[in-house]
Amino acid sequence: MTETVLESVRGRVGEPVLSVRDLSVSFRSDTRTVHAVDGVSYDLHPGEVLAVVGESGCGKSVTSMAVMGLLPPTARIGGSIRVGGRELVGAPEKELQKIRGKDIAMIFQEPMTSLNPVLTIGRQIGEVLRRHQGLSRKEARERSVDLLDLVGIPAPRSRIDEYPHQLSGGMRQRVMIAIAVACDPSVLIADEPTTALDVTVQAGILEVLQSLRERLGTAIVLVTHDLGVVADAADRVLVMYAGRSVEEAPVHDLFATARHPYTRGLLGAVLRPGGEGKRRLPEIPGLVPSLDSQPDACTFAPRCSRADDTCTAGRPGFGSVDPGTGTDAAHRAACWHPYGAGEASDTLTATPATEPARPDQEAGK
Amino acid sequence: MTAAQTVPAPRDSAEGAADQQHPVLRIDSMERHFAASGGGTVRAVDGVSITVGRGEVVGLVGESGSGKSTVGRCAVRLDEPTGGTVHINGTDITHLSRRAVRPLRKDFHLVFQDPSSSLDPRMTIGQIIAEPIRLHRRARGAAVRERVEELLAQVGLRPEHADRHPHELSGGQRQRISIARALSCDPDLVVADEPTSALDVSVQASVLNLLADLQRDRGFGCLFITHDLAAVEFLADRIAVMYLGQIVEQAPTAELFADPKHPYTQALLSAAPVPDPVLQRSRERIVLHGELPSPLDPPPGCRFHTRCPLATERCRTEVPVLRELPGGRQVSCHLVGDDGTAPDAAV
Amino acid sequence: MTTATPALPTVPQTAKKRNANGRLRALRRNRLAMTGGIIAAVFILVALLAPLIAPYDPSQPDFGNVLAEPGAAHWLGTDDLGRDQLSRIVYGARASMQVGLVAVVLAFVIGVPLGLVGGYYGKFADGAISRLTDTMLAFPFLVLAVGLAAILGPSLTNATIAIGISQIPAVIRITRAETLRLKHVDYVGAAIANGGGDGTVLFRHILPNATSALIVQATVGIPAAIIGEALLSFLGLGVQPPDPSLGVMLSGAQSFLAPAPWLAVFPGLAIVAATLAFNLLGDGLRDVLDPRGGTR
Repeated sequence: MTETVLESVRGRVGEPVLSVRDLSVSFRSDTRTVHAVDGVSYDLHPGEVLAVVGESGCGKSVTSMAVMGLLPPTARIGGSIRVGGRELVGAPEKELQKIRGKDIAMIFQEPMTSLNPVLTIGRQIGEVLRRHQGLSRKEARERSVDLLDLVGIPAPRSRIDEYPHQLSGGMRQRVMIAIAVACDPSVLIADEPTTALDVTVQAGILEVLQSLRERLGTAIVLVTHDLGVVADAADRVLVMYAGRSVEEAPVHDLFATARHPYTRGLLGAVLRPGGEGKRRLPEIPGLVPSLDSQPDACTFAPRCSRADDTCTAGRPGFGSVDPGTGTDAAHRAACWHPYGAGEASDTLTATPATEPARPDQEAGK
Repeated sequence: MTAAQTVPAPRDSAEGAADQQHPVLRIDSMERHFAASGGGTVRAVDGVSITVGRGEVVGLVGESGSGKSTVGRCAVRLDEPTGGTVHINGTDITHLSRRAVRPLRKDFHLVFQDPSSSLDPRMTIGQIIAEPIRLHRRARGAAVRERVEELLAQVGLRPEHADRHPHELSGGQRQRISIARALSCDPDLVVADEPTSALDVSVQASVLNLLADLQRDRGFGCLFITHDLAAVEFLADRIAVMYLGQIVEQAPTAELFADPKHPYTQALLSAAPVPDPVLQRSRERIVLHGELPSPLDPPPGCRFHTRCPLATERCRTEVPVLRELPGGRQVSCHLVGDDGTAPDAAV
Repeated sequence: MTTATPALPTVPQTAKKRNANGRLRALRRNRLAMTGGIIAAVFILVALLAPLIAPYDPSQPDFGNVLAEPGAAHWLGTDDLGRDQLSRIVYGARASMQVGLVAVVLAFVIGVPLGLVGGYYGKFADGAISRLTDTMLAFPFLVLAVGLAAILGPSLTNATIAIGISQIPAVIRITRAETLRLKHVDYVGAAIANGGGDGTVLFRHILPNATSALIVQATVGIPAAIIGEALLSFLGLGVQPPDPSLGVMLSGAQSFLAPAPWLAVFPGLAIVAATLAFNLLGDGLRDVLDPRGGTR
């Protein structure tokens, strides 16, 4: 699929459709403050698929919810989120409502809970069209049929009058995508869109996303924990850890020459189907740190084999991994001691018995 | 379908070759039918036969709705099969009363998918792990605590974890507790139902390593139920693939991955994305069309024919049987020759 | 850690990490519930210490001091027989608490096992138990209590039994619902897989995890029983004069509403305060004890 790579190169020319700068999100409760996102920045260009990757609690979903303006009122948001040049942080809810669905749309992991069970899918798609585009009932219905066709639902004309419970999980997710792209948004945020689906169904959904980008030029933020999905669908990848960005690179660079030790650990721990034989899986020792504080240090240092005093003394900047290239280089990482391009990974295999007891952090996520 | 026992042992375990002559688990033509609320019968499991040899890991792979978890629950009598038999260590447990099964339960245990719901939130870790030990009177008094600490050490946790409650631990740690509980009476069989599906990638790796280590050291037989092909390849000696309540293919792990015979297996393997962009983007992907049919009204003939890219007239009418192929494999497909020649669904 | 985490972390910690201490702290922050708890505690204390608190003998008439207005000698006045209102309310509260607690205990002792059996075993036992509760629930609580008390005959003990029996269906229903829910939770499956018998499963796993719901049910049951007692006594089916009871006092006050309104006002206030207190406490406990409540 070389054409997708070319597309991303083309996409980088010109203004980004979505620009996130130094985003921070914290939640305050009676007893503590959780810094869910801490200084994340990224750009999304037209027709590009950016994968945001990380494990639970890394802040990838919160980042997306912040972009959609869907965080609860207890969240404190800092930094800047610009869609098509308009600032969303601090914008009034009325303005956000206009932007949501029209310029930026989102699909969720569980399509059943996002669809209204008592309305036909035609009504639900039509509602969006009539509200944002002022179409008549009849026009909306015609356009809904087109949209269902676009997302690969067979026999859309008969399917349009069905209710969500009559559809399979994969079909429901397709309906969600149809609703999301009804008003031709420039940005689609897909939060774990295939996690609840079987692999044979997942393949179909990924193809739909791919075709949206090709046919409508939609830029996609693909939030996922699944590196297989990333390898399949992304142009660029942003890796997050404990609320911070740790590495960003074009997809081929990331998989071939990851520089950050955490990314290497993640790539090492993932299982690869197909004839690798029985090996011991590399593990990342330790647990994800608490999000209660924002230490002026590398948050991965306690689990990192390369960490030294520098790592605990200061927070590494998020910058180019290769000296000589500028700060807007394609491959960037936040690490004091990144791996060299051709450097082999340290063996991360640790005895499982060394898992330290830090129960309060990961508990219950 | 008793022929399943003839499959040779593919991997050396701690106790030498897996013993197929006296399997720890033998499921014969298991059926689990439910009465549907609107009338009719849901055939969740419809004639499944599997054996797990002593010290063998058998993977049971399938997508949601295939009935794989129901097979697992019936195998340990958490659910009652409506047909067929389950033998554990040669004893038929299907026709025993619940009370009579109870003392036998020291020999088999289940690891659940979601460690946050499979541990009683009101109990301490120590009480959770000690429960089977007390119920089967494997130890009493201070020896119970000793045994608990020993088990905690074996799953990579510390003695003081015994006094914590489940919600104070991480997901990976909770799954370790669940494994420790399952192993507390030295069972011969562990049924693991998606034990890593609820965990993060890096935590998954450590739990899989742990399971592999413990299995090698203790030599229990394991029925490993999962939808994750990579995980099953990592752990299993032999794999059975389920579709809509039936087994469609069974083969030693390496052979299944190298040369899947059934078109469904081929589609399944091709659909799982590989975490390598170069490889993944050059792969041929078989996209299945149509929906998983309802187990309330399974299609006639081959159950897969509605979605099979290669289906012929024969597939629509004649039910294929699970046949023996050379190399200890089994497949249920009209299109696969008796010598094992299989069509390629990707073409 | 699950791949199926909901999209939002929803301030992860407030709801998740509540051990007993955390729950107590959360309850303390809930002002209404705390107010309710304090008033309820005062009522219970007053009931326990009635002989020490009451300034006069509640049944001793004083014909020289009939229908006295509230004042220094009799803080809440006296009734038509010159009996001290405050003392009668204190002893009345004692009767109310006695009926409230004993009736609820009675309802739980019978209702919880039936609910457990019905919910856990299903089939015939459940059918029979469900029919019984449905039939009983067809009558409003107070109507059922009055009917039963009329059959049993008027006395404090019989009123308590009648109220207790009337509360059984609600207890069965909530226990059965919790049992049905919990029997499909994985840790109950794990207990069976451990080799646990029905006793282990029901009493070590299902019942302890149903306690939150049952505690809340109890805080609903107590005020209902207090009102029930007042009503039965008012109708002459409960506490018999001259023994004091809030219901008996209200009943007696009917004839003197115009000349001595305080005879009705103070017992009425006491009933309202007691029921409100337990209801507020129950609401607070419901929020605190439900792990999915609040922030989720």
